[in-house]
Amino acid sequence: MAQEKDPAFVKFQGIEKRFGKVVAVKKMDLDIPEGSFVTLLGPSGCGKTTLLRMLAGLENPTSGDIFIKGKRINDTPIHKRNLGMIFQNYALFPHKTIFDNVAFGLKYRDVPKANIREKVEKALETVRLPGVGNRMPSQLSGGQQQRIALARAIVIEPDVLLMDEPLSALDENLREDMRREIDNLQQELGVTTIFVTHDQREALSMSDKVVVMKDGFIQQEGVPEEVYNNSANHFVADFLGHSNFLNAVVEDRENDFLRVRLEDGSSALVTPSGDFASGEKAEIVIRAQKMKLEYSRNHNSEEKMNFFSGTVVDRSYMGGEVSYFVQLPGKQVLHVINFVKRSPYRRGDEVVITVDPYHCRLLKM
Amino acid sequence: MQEKNWKPWLLLSPSLMAVFLLLVVPVCFVVVYSFWLRAPTGQDIPAFQFGNYAKFFADFFYPSILLKTLRVALETVILCLVMGYIPAYFFYRTESKLKPFLMILVMLPFWISFIIRTLSWINILGDAGLINHLLMKAGIITTPFAMLYNEGAVIMGLLQYLLPFMILNIYVSLDGIDRSLTEAAKSLGCTEWQAFREVTLPLSLPGVSAGCLLVFVLTCGTYLPPMILGGPGNEMIANLIFKRVIGTLDWPFGSAISAILLFLLIIIVYTYNRYMGINQIFKSLSNG
Repeated sequence: MAQEKDPAFVKFQGIEKRFGKVVAVKKMDLDIPEGSFVTLLGPSGCGKTTLLRMLAGLENPTSGDIFIKGKRINDTPIHKRNLGMIFQNYALFPHKTIFDNVAFGLKYRDVPKANIREKVEKALETVRLPGVGNRMPSQLSGGQQQRIALARAIVIEPDVLLMDEPLSALDENLREDMRREIDNLQQELGVTTIFVTHDQREALSMSDKVVVMKDGFIQQEGVPEEVYNNSANHFVADFLGHSNFLNAVVEDRENDFLRVRLEDGSSALVTPSGDFASGEKAEIVIRAQKMKLEYSRNHNSEEKMNFFSGTVVDRSYMGGEVSYFVQLPGKQVLHVINFVKRSPYRRGDEVVITVDPYHCRLLKM
Repeated sequence: MQEKNWKPWLLLSPSLMAVFLLLVVPVCFVVVYSFWLRAPTGQDIPAFQFGNYAKFFADFFYPSILLKTLRVALETVILCLVMGYIPAYFFYRTESKLKPFLMILVMLPFWISFIIRTLSWINILGDAGLINHLLMKAGIITTPFAMLYNEGAVIMGLLQYLLPFMILNIYVSLDGIDRSLTEAAKSLGCTEWQAFREVTLPLSLPGVSAGCLLVFVLTCGTYLPPMILGGPGNEMIANLIFKRVIGTLDWPFGSAISAILLFLLIIIVYTYNRYMGINQIFKSLSNG
């Protein structure tokens, strides 16, 4: 690992895929650095799986090129690409033992018999399932089967590990464990990994880089903190976490912030995400967790904060925190998530929402 | 708990009654009949004796027809398998919009009377049939080429009757195979053909196995193709039964032949299930 890591270990260049009239992936450029964990995140139909399948060789791009280690692989058939693939439904061979499943790729790589045994056992230990070699896939649980699928993929020492929604068939608690396990394994092996998911928590918690996609386009790419805190547009802000959007008109600059006027006539300080001209229409995005509630009667408005007063119209208890829906005088409802306090707010309570201008980001319309 | 035990049986009772009345009872009749005596006057006399069975095995004539039936059935199975797997695999792989239409074409023959379908071969293969007519018109042959009334024609008739059963059985099995399995195999280094051999073929075996068994059993019991398309030497065991029961009204002997055929098929199906292990294959698949 002494060598410099290739920043474009996997490279998509002007890649496009059409299915008849439907364009699944549109003229896309994407570089994936060596050894990194990159997540393709987006709603179904955004083209993330198609992109992965083109890299795997399961779909042919309509135009554009794909490179792995600087070599163009468009015309390399799938079985010569040396990629490890993990499927949503595990795709273990039901008629073969666990050992034969894991050994499958080695058999087609002309690895000597003695080495196969050794490598398979090592791979099974890596996924913490030693000694299950003689069992059939149907005798293992879903989580175990996915670990075997992982072992089968890593045992061939692939250049890139491709995972297509590998956790979505598992139940909630198991998913959490597997998420950590995959993350640890990837760091241990240092294998370049591309992970496709529609689950933002998976994307944010595991990735070095998140690529948010919609309608065949990349909406934003960056480290998880960046796409979450500095969402590039309405879609990304809305797709990741719980965001509130308020329409506003830019007035003037005030230090690092912009003063904007809201639809109900009140004014607020916001952090611009680019250059805005005075009088420009824009959109404020505020994360539900960044707002704080307090009773109107306790409120004093001396701090340099933004305030919105309103009425609690609904709430839902989520264990560690509570979701409040607060209606502003202009009828708009804001979603506020706060930690559970000893006496939670009730429906009908008059409250004031306090939010730091730093957490109010102004987006272009 | 008590309630739970009889409820499934109650719910099953209509089908069990149907099976009992329509299958078990008639088979019992046949077995009982096979022990009866046939008087020289033509009357059937209730009795318990093995004369009918002794008559069957008295010389090589009847057993040889039984053996020939099994041979023809085996040949039909092999031809059906080869000719049926290919379209079934095509249906599995194709993404064509015509697929439902093509599937209907496979089933279309079932909508036409079996007798008509079998008779139609006379118009195709007969001395004055389509093929001979065209060949003579083209001047390739001067006298009609005999294609009817031999074993080939019988097997041809059997194939067109049984091929849909084979195709559908194999297709159902193939269609149950998760497509990501072949994708996984290919990503691990298999070529298309290797992935077929490693994954698709073994996982389609339950359908192949069921299709083969069905075709075999149906061939053993069919009498129309040999009767219409076969010559005097192409009789199969069912023709023999037909002749005894319908022709000479010799119910006891006809029943005895039926019982022998039934017994033989039970042994074959049992052995087949045991050694081809369809139950085993199904078990390993159904858990997954």
